[in-house]
Amino acid sequence: MKIILLFYVLGLCTLTTFLSPQKSREESIKAGREIYHDFCVQCHLANGEGVSGVFPPLKASDYLIEDIDRSIAGIKYGLKGTIVVNEEIYEGVMANQGLDNEEIADVMNYILNEWGNHFDGQITSQRVADTSDLNLNK
Amino acid sequence: MKKNTSFLIALFFIVQLGCAQDNPPYIETSQQINYSYEVVVDGIDIPWGMAFINNNELLVTEKSGILYLVKEGQKKEISGLPSVYVRGQGGLLDVALHPNFSENNILYMTLGTNTEGDEEGGNTSLYSATLNGFELSNVTLLYKATPNSKKGQHWGSRIVFDQEGHVYFGVGDRGNRDVNPQDLSRDGGKIYRLNLDGSIPEDNPFVDETGAKKAVFSFGHRNPQGMTVHPDTGAIWENEHGPQGGDEINIIKGGVNYGWPKITYGINYSGTPITDKTSDPDMAQPFYYWVPSIGPSGMAFSSSGIYKDWKGNLFVGSLKFEYLERLVIENNKVIKREKVLDKIGRVRNVVEGPDGFLYVGVEGKGILKIVPNP
Repeated sequence: MKIILLFYVLGLCTLTTFLSPQKSREESIKAGREIYHDFCVQCHLANGEGVSGVFPPLKASDYLIEDIDRSIAGIKYGLKGTIVVNEEIYEGVMANQGLDNEEIADVMNYILNEWGNHFDGQITSQRVADTSDLNLNK
Repeated sequence: MKKNTSFLIALFFIVQLGCAQDNPPYIETSQQINYSYEVVVDGIDIPWGMAFINNNELLVTEKSGILYLVKEGQKKEISGLPSVYVRGQGGLLDVALHPNFSENNILYMTLGTNTEGDEEGGNTSLYSATLNGFELSNVTLLYKATPNSKKGQHWGSRIVFDQEGHVYFGVGDRGNRDVNPQDLSRDGGKIYRLNLDGSIPEDNPFVDETGAKKAVFSFGHRNPQGMTVHPDTGAIWENEHGPQGGDEINIIKGGVNYGWPKITYGINYSGTPITDKTSDPDMAQPFYYWVPSIGPSGMAFSSSGIYKDWKGNLFVGSLKFEYLERLVIENNKVIKREKVLDKIGRVRNVVEGPDGFLYVGVEGKGILKIVPNP
């Protein structure tokens, strides 16, 4: 009986680990930090400040937070054309980096909560999956 | 405590050393501009590679995985491409024509690949294919770097040819600098040499070395994104992205170790040192290194006399500072650096067309042709 119970508990643990619908907010931010330092840091820099007029800032960025789905779409589909960030104009191209939905959720959670940024909720991979490129034109 | 203090002092000095002075000659902005530019084709986000079929027809790769044939300012997509694995800096990279393209219509491409049945991630591959109109056939995988990686960095890659029937291409260190570039049994951080049909030349430098990748021509590279053949000497010139500081120009020779990451003039993006060594008797010094880094992309020599005073000069795109750099070389030394097309945008590539003009790929714009003022 004890053995059965042990297997039951172990099995339950395994299931929760592997079938868990999403990471905790903290786990997602941690994973997002890795993604950020692999895919984003060259342009937006470790301090999130970017390069004025060339690469927009993520730190204290009005563009980033005023429409979260637009920001998700920017990472998911790539972003080009004129955008205005903190009253400065940017006209570059941010290529689609080929990240999957979960990776995009993670990096969003990271940049929304780093460098003094704060976001109460959590971006889920489901929300990324539901975000269409129509959000870019808003 | 005392130990800690001396450690801190030592660290301070190392960091000081790391923050090296700008490497001369310093970049200049020309007072007199003797050229303008025309847009050859627009609406290409990242025009990574370029190859002229003739004066009027041009192949251009879009990193996201499109190959365009451009004619009279119009671009048309070519079908039949192999599947492109787009991630980070990887995607559809360079395109180049077989030396006998006019007879056999064969072209070569480098791209990020995850072939069927592969593990997760991708790595750089070299393909050949035959171009018929707007369609590719005989698409053949000639080389695929392994193992796959989900890292976004350092795929390379340019393609060039020598006169003896070889094709050369580079693969970057794939974000695994401490493992790949110095290990001949691993791909990444290498320049490769193959016969035009993809077979391995019998006289490749490491064919007899046990465990070595036989296609390797040179090693110890970080991220080679510029390669061109010198119009007079036939030597292969390469440029590669260093870390912060320490982008390099190298003249590629078989069997040579170019040092990454054992020696470098650069430091980590975080400001910490990678190594305190900038030289080693068993490793080649760069022909030139950039401090600060310019983010060098494609490179080309101007061999035509079309531009006043530019003949024999080397041109390299700067992704970071958004200009095309002109380097004047005398007695095997860079003696002058100058900005061309200053603030034009992220320069991804430059080639000399068969008509002798310089063509520049600029992100978000397309292909520009530099025209001398009358």
